[in-house]
Amino acid sequence: MSSTATAPATAAAPPGPRRTPAVPLAAALAAALLVSLVCAVAVGSSGLGWGQVLRLLRAGLTGGRLEADEAAAYAIVWEIRLPRAVLAAVVGAGLAATGVAVQAMVRNALADPFVLGISSGASVGANAVLMLGAFASLGVWAISVSAFAAALLAMVLVYLTARTAHGLTPLRLVLTGTAMSYGFSALTALMVFAAARGEAARSAMMWLLGSLGGATWGSVPIAAVTVLAGLAYLACAAGRLDALAMGDETAASLGVDPDRLRRELFVVTAAVTGTVVAVSGAIGFVGLMVPHLVRMLVGAGHRRVLLVAPLAGALLLVWVDIVSRTLLAPAELPVGVVTAAVGVPCFLLLMRRRGYSFGGGR
Amino acid sequence: MTAPAAAPAGSVPALDLAVDRVSVDLAGVRLVHDITLTAAAGQVVGLIGPNGSGKSTLLRCVYRALRPAAGAVLLGGDDLHALAPREAARRVAALPQEHSAEFDFTVAEVVGMGRLPHRRGALAGPSAGDEDRCAGALRRVGAAHLAARGFLSLSGGEKQRVLIARALVQEPKVLVLDEPTNHLDIAHQLEVLALVREAGPTVLTALHDLNLAAGHCDLLYVVADGRIVASGPPAEVLGPDLLAEVFKVRATPVRHPVTGAVQLLLDRLP
Repeated sequence: MSSTATAPATAAAPPGPRRTPAVPLAAALAAALLVSLVCAVAVGSSGLGWGQVLRLLRAGLTGGRLEADEAAAYAIVWEIRLPRAVLAAVVGAGLAATGVAVQAMVRNALADPFVLGISSGASVGANAVLMLGAFASLGVWAISVSAFAAALLAMVLVYLTARTAHGLTPLRLVLTGTAMSYGFSALTALMVFAAARGEAARSAMMWLLGSLGGATWGSVPIAAVTVLAGLAYLACAAGRLDALAMGDETAASLGVDPDRLRRELFVVTAAVTGTVVAVSGAIGFVGLMVPHLVRMLVGAGHRRVLLVAPLAGALLLVWVDIVSRTLLAPAELPVGVVTAAVGVPCFLLLMRRRGYSFGGGR
Repeated sequence: MTAPAAAPAGSVPALDLAVDRVSVDLAGVRLVHDITLTAAAGQVVGLIGPNGSGKSTLLRCVYRALRPAAGAVLLGGDDLHALAPREAARRVAALPQEHSAEFDFTVAEVVGMGRLPHRRGALAGPSAGDEDRCAGALRRVGAAHLAARGFLSLSGGEKQRVLIARALVQEPKVLVLDEPTNHLDIAHQLEVLALVREAGPTVLTALHDLNLAAGHCDLLYVVADGRIVASGPPAEVLGPDLLAEVFKVRATPVRHPVTGAVQLLLDRLP
């Protein structure tokens, strides 16, 4: 591919990295996502048949007639499984996209949305509700609201601490976020330690590792709108993200103000991650690994990465949720356990097969 | 490298560059003191000076990675730091010294970034014209065969040539180069300096190699401790006394037996 007639001295030049075309890949992922959503609705412990599930889905979409004895099945499909599957897709897309954004923002491929202290901050908020009964007046919304507020508060703290006269530097952001994370985690641990009763400790654990068990149609719209708005912003910023990834001076010379872009990314990441964490807990791994997997396939250009990564994240999380609720049914595994179990081997395999460079040469 | 004979596609008229009494502070320390220099449209102007003299800091001001604490950078009379970033980047391109090595862009992608300030609309991708320009620029720096390679897998000299191609596709009116010959072999050093002159923009470049500076620059400014200590045509500036004082070397001018150009033989001060 590279050694045409123009290659003079370096005839033995190694070929470029293998690339998968992004648009067909995205189309395939979108199709797979639709099929997977139907699978997610069909698979479960209540013994609904595929034919019945498809009929009930169609009935809900087109307003078709239901048999009298199908009301319970209809509720399972439309009120329990579908919102959960859709929320999984939204959360997966949001985490993957913010992962891409944060990695470019701090120019560190080991960063993820949680490196900025957001998940540990949100944990403090959620556990304040679980352990101490804070915000009891908000009822079922208490955990989400508290987690979101705490996530934003944590990010503001990290931002103000990391900021210098020269703007946000990548290293300071990562170091501050990491240090703050330890502090927040200690607070959470202290609350669990001080107040743990059996069931509360269990829900704290579930929350720390992520769960989509609480999904209702009520939580889908806010999350979906925030994630879609974040995706739209990032799609518009793709070219500037390329420049930022090459370095602040390069970005400046290409007409991109690195400080301003980093501030914008910080706000978008905070809003999307905060919202996602509030509805699903702190699901690890997706925001770190999906961007890597996608870069291995389509290369580092952000236009292509941002087209593919949200779909890949959505697809991954839909299947992870299916596994988490069926593997040990009726018990549910925390989502974070499954993301790690699925993703780590997959990641290691891809890394070995493709000559993927993490930076620092080969 | 076999540069095509065709005139550089889409070359644009160069602009006058004037650095007007610029001072630069970094972390509260003044690194550049009240520097004034000018480069007429199309000239190649060299900055020479020992390590840490403030050359790079001054150049950063010209490609807008830093703001001057005092003074202004004027492009054809316009204050560069008053322009919108994209507008400024359509006029000034740069070869910075930084090399970020975190993301595995291909060479073609890295060069394509030079078209970023020219894109219309936030969602617009590279146009067909952009791809032609990038391919042409890669040919001109002798790196066409590298287009599909990963940027991180290149040698230092190859990277440098690719980054010069990126600066060229930006179609700047002023080109700022920070040690453009770093990592380049001798043939490419000479080639690159001839290339940027032929490309047409006004060039402001920091150079370490005094003989290269003498042979390729219309005008030299000598920087020491953040101040200009001498300026003028190379033959006037590069005298043994100044080089002894600023660079702490003994310089012996000799005439090149083949080309007739004056070359400096450099060794330690006695």
